[in-house]
Amino acid sequence: MTESLGTYAYFLGCITPNRYPGIEAATKKVFKEFGIETKEMVGASCCPAPGVFGSFDLHTWLPVAARNLAIAEEMELEIYVTCNGCYGSLQEADHLLKTHPNVKEKVNKILSKFGREYKGTTKVNHSIVILHDVIGLDRLKEKIKKPLDDVNVAVHYGCHFLKPSEVRGHGSSETPYILEDLIRVTGAKDVDYKDKLMCCGAGGGNRTADTVQSLEWTRQKLVNAMMAGCDCMVHPCAFCHLQLDRGQAEMNKAFGTSFNFPILFATQFIGLAMGMSQEELGLDIQTSTMPEKLIK
Amino acid sequence: MGTLYEDIVDYGGEVFGREHMETLKECVQCGKCTGGCPSGRNTALRTRKLMQMALLDLREEIFNAPELWFCTTCFTCYERCPKGVKTTDIIRTIRNLAAKEGHMSVPHRMIGVYVLKTGHAVPIGPDQMKLREKVGLASQPPTTQHPDNKDQLEQVRTIFKSTGYDAMIDFDWETMNLRGMEKKEGKK
Repeated sequence: MTESLGTYAYFLGCITPNRYPGIEAATKKVFKEFGIETKEMVGASCCPAPGVFGSFDLHTWLPVAARNLAIAEEMELEIYVTCNGCYGSLQEADHLLKTHPNVKEKVNKILSKFGREYKGTTKVNHSIVILHDVIGLDRLKEKIKKPLDDVNVAVHYGCHFLKPSEVRGHGSSETPYILEDLIRVTGAKDVDYKDKLMCCGAGGGNRTADTVQSLEWTRQKLVNAMMAGCDCMVHPCAFCHLQLDRGQAEMNKAFGTSFNFPILFATQFIGLAMGMSQEELGLDIQTSTMPEKLIK
Repeated sequence: MGTLYEDIVDYGGEVFGREHMETLKECVQCGKCTGGCPSGRNTALRTRKLMQMALLDLREEIFNAPELWFCTTCFTCYERCPKGVKTTDIIRTIRNLAAKEGHMSVPHRMIGVYVLKTGHAVPIGPDQMKLREKVGLASQPPTTQHPDNKDQLEQVRTIFKSTGYDAMIDFDWETMNLRGMEKKEGKK
């Protein structure tokens, strides 16, 4: 029997369950293999998106985030997320509410209208940190059945997993290592490429208000990865996934290009190396297609 | 209404703390923010200029500047500012103040409509329900958009009403859409 590594509340957000269910399925399956149990958060809403609702009204953003945190508190569980937007929103909200008692009081006045309260008793974890720190590289290595030895990977971090580093706490945002470690454990190689830490272009309401302008960032990002000889891009963010994957179809239409560059969420990539099929991981129901060397 | 600087400190300060926002006055116009800005390569966004405009109280000019909305909130400048100016949070706060005065695009206002209707900025549709089943998941997650969770969705609506977000985007509770937009709604 697999040893238990704990139970977590999975905060789904919007893009993961409603656009890329493969990310949800892959994460639940991989976690289950390592004895991590997932509980659903009944009644959770949009996180709400930090660069979007944070840009329009921070005073609405915060209580909505606090309500989501309160649901996990009622479950007496820590949270994990599969989107940097959700991470950015919930972890920052949790940090602000824990460090500013007057802000917490104001937010709780709103939540009390429907009998909820933010207490500050949960913790917001990113799923890739669970992979790296809770499951750990040694346990991961034991379950790699299909080493991806000849695969060159472009790591894409997105923005809100690392920054602001004073809130995120994953070390310097200029020299990250978590995704690189996870890539190497599968036997694949992480390849440095131009502007590796650059944003996907979607955030802050950019994708919504000016899609083509936001796609120009994505175009640069993908070209840089391809020029460095990468076979695919691996990332920790459902919103980046939308921009990097569906964005390819949008770019091909807007710019007349013919992009088909494989995009994978971290647990989808790990899942392939563990011997799961692309169908199980939902990699066959997205825009970019997987090359033979990844799904052999 | 005070100066733009005072408004930034007041409005942002209630969320981030006043000291956080007061870092704006430490800006020495070195330009490191603009130098590292990925948006600035492709757009007219010049973060250094925005900071200076805020300090010079150029309220109308900054609220009407299209480039105010080209920041993706990537936090690169925030991380690198040698004076510790909390640039990204200052930009978000300026956007808040601009939005309150009606400077908000229709697609941006529509995101609020989706949340008021479903609790999600990106709601599910019938095609996506099938995709979920294909990977072995329930056709709908148990979130605010689930038909069983109308009471939960109502809680989110209560928050939006209590902060006046519905009024800010001119949301019509009768049509559940932006006022005057019933026929123009495009799918995003």
